[in-house]
Amino acid sequence: MLADQDRIFTNLYGLHSPGLDAAKQRGAWDGTKFLLEMGRDWIIDEMKQSGLRGRGGAGFPTGLKWSFMPKKSDGRPHYLVVNADESEPGTCKDREIMRHDPHLLIEGCMLASFAMAAHACYIYIRGEYVAEKHALQRAVDEAYAARLVGKDNVHGYPFDIYVHHGAGAYICGEETALLESLEGKKGMPRLKPPFPANMGLYGCPTTVNNVESIAVAGTILRRGGAWFAGLGGKNNTGTKLFCVSGHVNKPCNVEEELGITFRELVDKHCGGMRGGWDNLLCSIPGGSSVPLVPAEQIIDAKMDFDTLKNLGSGLGTAAVIVLDRSTDIVSAIARIAYFYKHESCGQCTPCREGTGWMWRVMLRMAEGRAQRREIDMLLDVTKQIEGHTICALGDAAAWPIQGLIRHFRPEIEKRIDRYSANPHSDPVPMAAE
Amino acid sequence: MANRRLAPASEQPAAFAFSSENADWAKGQIEKYPEGRQASAVIPLLWKAQEQNGGWLPQKAIEAVADELGMPHIRVLEVATFYTMFALEPVGKFWIQLCGTVPCDSCGARGLKDYLHHRLGAPGHVSADGNFSWLEVECLGACCNAPMAQINQDYYEDLTPDLLGKLMDDLAAGRPVKIGSQVGRTSSEPLGGADTLTDATLFDGSRVGAWRKRFEQKDEENEAGKAEAASSEQRAASDPKPARPDAGRAVGTSATDAPAQRAAAGETPVKAGDKVDAADRTESTAQPNKSAPAAPETIAKAEAAGAEAGTQSALPRNEPPPQPVNSGASADAPAPASAPHPSDPKKGN
Amino acid sequence: MTKIVVDGTEVDVPAEYTLLQACEAAGAEIPRFCFHERLSIAGNCRMCLVELKGAPKPVASCAYAVKDCRPGPNGEPPEVLTRSGQTKKAREGVMEFLLINHPLDCPICDQGGHCDLQDQAMAYGVDSTRYGENKRAVEEKYIGPLVRTAMNRCIHCTRCVRFLAEVAGVPDLGAIGRGEDMEITSYLESAMGSELQGNVADLCPVGALVHKPQSYEVRPWELSKTESVDVMDAVGCAIRVDARGREVMQIEPRVHEGINEEWISDKTRHAVDGLRTQRLDRPYLRENGRLRPASWGEAFAAIAAKVKGTDPKRIGAVVGDLAGVEEIYALKALMTSLGVTNLDCRQAGEAIDPAWGRAAYTLGTSIDGIEEADAILLVGTNPRLEASLLNVRIRKRWRMGPLAVGLIGEAVDLTYPHTYLGAGPETLADLASGQHSFGEALKAANRPLIIVGTGALARPDGAAILAAASKLAKDIGAVMPEWSGFGVLQTAAARVGALDLGFVPAEGGLDFAGMTQAGALDVVFSLGADEVEIGPGAFVVYQGTHGDRGATRADVVLPGAAYTEKSATYVNLEGRVQTTNRAGFPPGDAREDWAILRALSDVLGKRLPFDSLSALRRALYAEHPHFAALDAIAPSDAVTTLETLSGLGGEPTRTGFVAAVPDFYLSNAIARASRVLAECSSLARVRGLEAAE
Repeated sequence: MLADQDRIFTNLYGLHSPGLDAAKQRGAWDGTKFLLEMGRDWIIDEMKQSGLRGRGGAGFPTGLKWSFMPKKSDGRPHYLVVNADESEPGTCKDREIMRHDPHLLIEGCMLASFAMAAHACYIYIRGEYVAEKHALQRAVDEAYAARLVGKDNVHGYPFDIYVHHGAGAYICGEETALLESLEGKKGMPRLKPPFPANMGLYGCPTTVNNVESIAVAGTILRRGGAWFAGLGGKNNTGTKLFCVSGHVNKPCNVEEELGITFRELVDKHCGGMRGGWDNLLCSIPGGSSVPLVPAEQIIDAKMDFDTLKNLGSGLGTAAVIVLDRSTDIVSAIARIAYFYKHESCGQCTPCREGTGWMWRVMLRMAEGRAQRREIDMLLDVTKQIEGHTICALGDAAAWPIQGLIRHFRPEIEKRIDRYSANPHSDPVPMAAE
Repeated sequence: MANRRLAPASEQPAAFAFSSENADWAKGQIEKYPEGRQASAVIPLLWKAQEQNGGWLPQKAIEAVADELGMPHIRVLEVATFYTMFALEPVGKFWIQLCGTVPCDSCGARGLKDYLHHRLGAPGHVSADGNFSWLEVECLGACCNAPMAQINQDYYEDLTPDLLGKLMDDLAAGRPVKIGSQVGRTSSEPLGGADTLTDATLFDGSRVGAWRKRFEQKDEENEAGKAEAASSEQRAASDPKPARPDAGRAVGTSATDAPAQRAAAGETPVKAGDKVDAADRTESTAQPNKSAPAAPETIAKAEAAGAEAGTQSALPRNEPPPQPVNSGASADAPAPASAPHPSDPKKGN
Repeated sequence: MTKIVVDGTEVDVPAEYTLLQACEAAGAEIPRFCFHERLSIAGNCRMCLVELKGAPKPVASCAYAVKDCRPGPNGEPPEVLTRSGQTKKAREGVMEFLLINHPLDCPICDQGGHCDLQDQAMAYGVDSTRYGENKRAVEEKYIGPLVRTAMNRCIHCTRCVRFLAEVAGVPDLGAIGRGEDMEITSYLESAMGSELQGNVADLCPVGALVHKPQSYEVRPWELSKTESVDVMDAVGCAIRVDARGREVMQIEPRVHEGINEEWISDKTRHAVDGLRTQRLDRPYLRENGRLRPASWGEAFAAIAAKVKGTDPKRIGAVVGDLAGVEEIYALKALMTSLGVTNLDCRQAGEAIDPAWGRAAYTLGTSIDGIEEADAILLVGTNPRLEASLLNVRIRKRWRMGPLAVGLIGEAVDLTYPHTYLGAGPETLADLASGQHSFGEALKAANRPLIIVGTGALARPDGAAILAAASKLAKDIGAVMPEWSGFGVLQTAAARVGALDLGFVPAEGGLDFAGMTQAGALDVVFSLGADEVEIGPGAFVVYQGTHGDRGATRADVVLPGAAYTEKSATYVNLEGRVQTTNRAGFPPGDAREDWAILRALSDVLGKRLPFDSLSALRRALYAEHPHFAALDAIAPSDAVTTLETLSGLGGEPTRTGFVAAVPDFYLSNAIARASRVLAECSSLARVRGLEAAE
């Protein structure tokens, strides 16, 4: 188990004050000026050395991402945009950072902005997080009042930070959709290239980072990239907030080392599996968009990017949804399919038309009101969506169903057989030939 | 998601204008964004308009916001219909948005849904007494506290049908209710308390500055840094549970009033004051949607919190910080706000 | 230039080309729906996916630039595969998705026969469907009198949204909702406000937006298509006239990069029903105060009788806005042979004299030359209504990069940001004297452009205003040998041609206003002059197409041919010579105009020396060689003209400029006969009233 001394989010549960003084006592804003004086290159090097991979789902190395920003401004301002549109089902970690440890985030914004020559930072927080928005705004106001940020602050680097909120759209967690939304449009992802580092917010160089990626920056810089790299495993370094939900005895958020095993995570922090380990059916280890992993594969798997990728799934946002044997897995995945249908922005054809199709077929399969050959057809439809859309929502919609078919095909077939063995008034629909 | 349409004309108010207080607030929002980019404020303004109008967004408000921001009406309508938090039809005094996505679904949201169906009928309709309306929504991001629901602006977590029923009764009767977990959790810690983050030195300030050791000994710096990196890498490679490099560890622990110690002494580990500070909204603000003047109250509370932390802000809490006219102090970094954006390709829109 | 391999063929293309362009350069066809050359790239239909070697997934070729492709490991040029299995699979997949919710109503769909979805489904789709669920039903939307919607068919390519926002500059359409519930609509189903809205139906790749006036009337395969030129304004848009039998059914745009690209205004498109109604299909003679049908012989005899007894000094001839060069030439020849000096074509009374040089009545630059201008001053003109497609070009120029536009005249919405300078001539004076900051922008510009509208010239002090404007042009250096940045924006299709022919009063002759005075003349010959009432006293011979104001006043009516019924030459506001082509025949006894004049000349004993249109043209070209050069703009000596103009002198009054085209939709006899345009006009009036509130 990770030692308390190595935990970054020391007020994760809000047992202490989120206020500035208390945060300072816990180590936030400690020597920020000193870190800034070490220079841009030092900060980026240290971040690269830490091996920190983006905490928003894709796992792209944060230091590398920062280094993509133009070194010299061509006259356009640079922006840092923090993605606090935490909407991936299962994920509730950024919420705790923003309401309990907001100063780590604000300090991280300052450091990251400095490293990328940005003088303004927008934090895009999802609209539902009203209390969190107020908490964060309160912390920002405190930081302004204490002249930690602002035009003329004690750090000598002019820097403004603004809290912006959305209004209910999962797709705004996609970085370019977020930028569109921040510009006052519908959150429809942009075509890439051009990438935001070249043409982002208002057409200016922009970096979009997850809350957690930014909030850990201060501590990493203070204690050194080497310290962070020393935690976890190779290529999967550092600590990570895990959001464990579902059928464990005590669901919770917890900061742990990457590479902790699933079993240890659940046993140590979540009071164990509900009904014992034999009761585990499967887990969705990285938020709803990654394919599920059945019990026997996940149970002793290391929770890190590469291990889960090799299991055909992903760490995603480390939102570990645990499902036990009482779960109706087909209808659970149908519910996920509904989520993607609901959240598709409607811009590109495969996702707009395909998510609804998949959901409708899944709904029938959950009842068994389908034909066996439709399982392969459904799989084919997911393949037709995957990789054919502008953003990754199409992929995210396809993967859970692919995971289901990969691991639970017999369950679907059983259901279809059971349904067709009994008389029903409504016929099984056949595709028009 | 069914087609989202504006409410029928019979429900629409004849006019909409921001209250003077909200109009000022809107101005502050617009100032957050660079000149000419006022469209960025469309979501906050629509949101405020919805708040002012009792929780739903009428046609006239869409037009008022469009006119305020100089946007074509259709563009604002697009935004209002795209984002699902904008309720386009009237909602109850208490607007219940029940999370139905997988983590909540697997933890009993279906039971809550059945309960709401039973008590209030089909979603999207205001109950006869005008108190409630409900809707199943997608993940609200409180999955460790599943199942949960958002009522007006507040989260109520760890629900069961009974708890939800009681909550609704209390709200309807105007009794105070507790925001957040309904089973006594502070936030997303394991039920019954966490056994992490108990180290007293994390909270007593004793670790502040300890990390500087890393930079202090100039002559040893390189050596130490390398050694540290090497050793940690080595450990990482050899030891499945690597020992922690001690860089940045506090050396002395002179804590006198740390939670762990208090816990050991049989007291509650969290100071009463901290608790107040941390959860300064123990009382619900699930005020009936109609009344906007919740704002001063929040400000007052916020200022109380700030005062306690000894950092009374000179700024009004709910106002955005002032927009920099020109914050480019270093020569090579021009002002972020007012500089022109020569390469913006989307000018035509 | 960058090398790229497409299906094994190496091509060398500019680096900023998209893959789609590169593929086309290599001869590979890429299907597409959302992509359109003249609109921004949306990349949302996903039909144009191609396999790019080395890329993890297929890329949208419409949006991916050649310069963004990575070379192979050994520096080989990037390779695109448009016929690979991956590409084929991607296309089939997208096509299947497009079709699952698309209704199978092709037999009753107006788009049938020219539907992109139909064509591409044939080429890139599979034969059957696997989709067993119910198809989506979408409510129809009202978006105006010109475009009918069938939203079930919409494939959400957003071309219509982008066209209105980008090209037309009146962003009336949008996509509300999201996901599969996304719907294209206008704000609460109000009518679109753009004068170019008909183009959205042309752009729609499926039958979701179709032209309402001709919906359920025509099928593309039953139409004979004639390439022609529009005469509704002086822009001379390239059009295609589609006729079924004798009847013109619809007018569609043709591509002309120099003029209208591929857009036309709603007036151009929907004047069609005006060609059918109110037509003069036989000669008429006024007897006892009433017009009665007559034979050609009777009509000619009546004219001959009147003319023979009249002093040529008491005879005049005027030309309206829609006449072709051939008939004006014939009319002038006839009048000259009669000794008539009272000739005029300047129906609005604008102060223009062909003697000042051709540059005094043409645009100066060409329409596509506007793209080179870097500051534009509009004097007494609203190009949006007077020359819609020219306005589109100014907007296009503004979208390309910073452009200062100043407007003197009525304050109107031009669809692009501009500086409103003032209402009348005194603002021009302020600019000239440097009292206005916009003058700096004009001076600083490398290629300034001053456009004077006929609204500023059609007034007693028109010459003085022209002089003041040209003086300003001279001061800011708008006219150089390589750039002619001073011109007049004509509004009538016939005007430049008539002025080229010199159809203005000869020595001692009366001008338009003089001729229309009560009792000024005994006989007035009117070639389609419908905008000005000829005063009482004169015997009026009206030759035209519609029973409009001119015919009502006439004593003899001679039925002519409309622009779709004859081959006639028109010179547009740039000075570009173009010809219409005959798509159908004039109704009843109506005849082509030059032939009527030729026949009349015989009766009057002054037989014109041509028996056929080609003989007429031979004579015309001999006299005015520039008419022979079709689609060319004859060069004019702008420097000399500007010198002449700035020397005109005169003192402008302080009256503000008024619009030359008060009602866009009803600006000529054909448009006034159109029921469709009448509806547009009344909608526009309501909009105007609402805006004024």
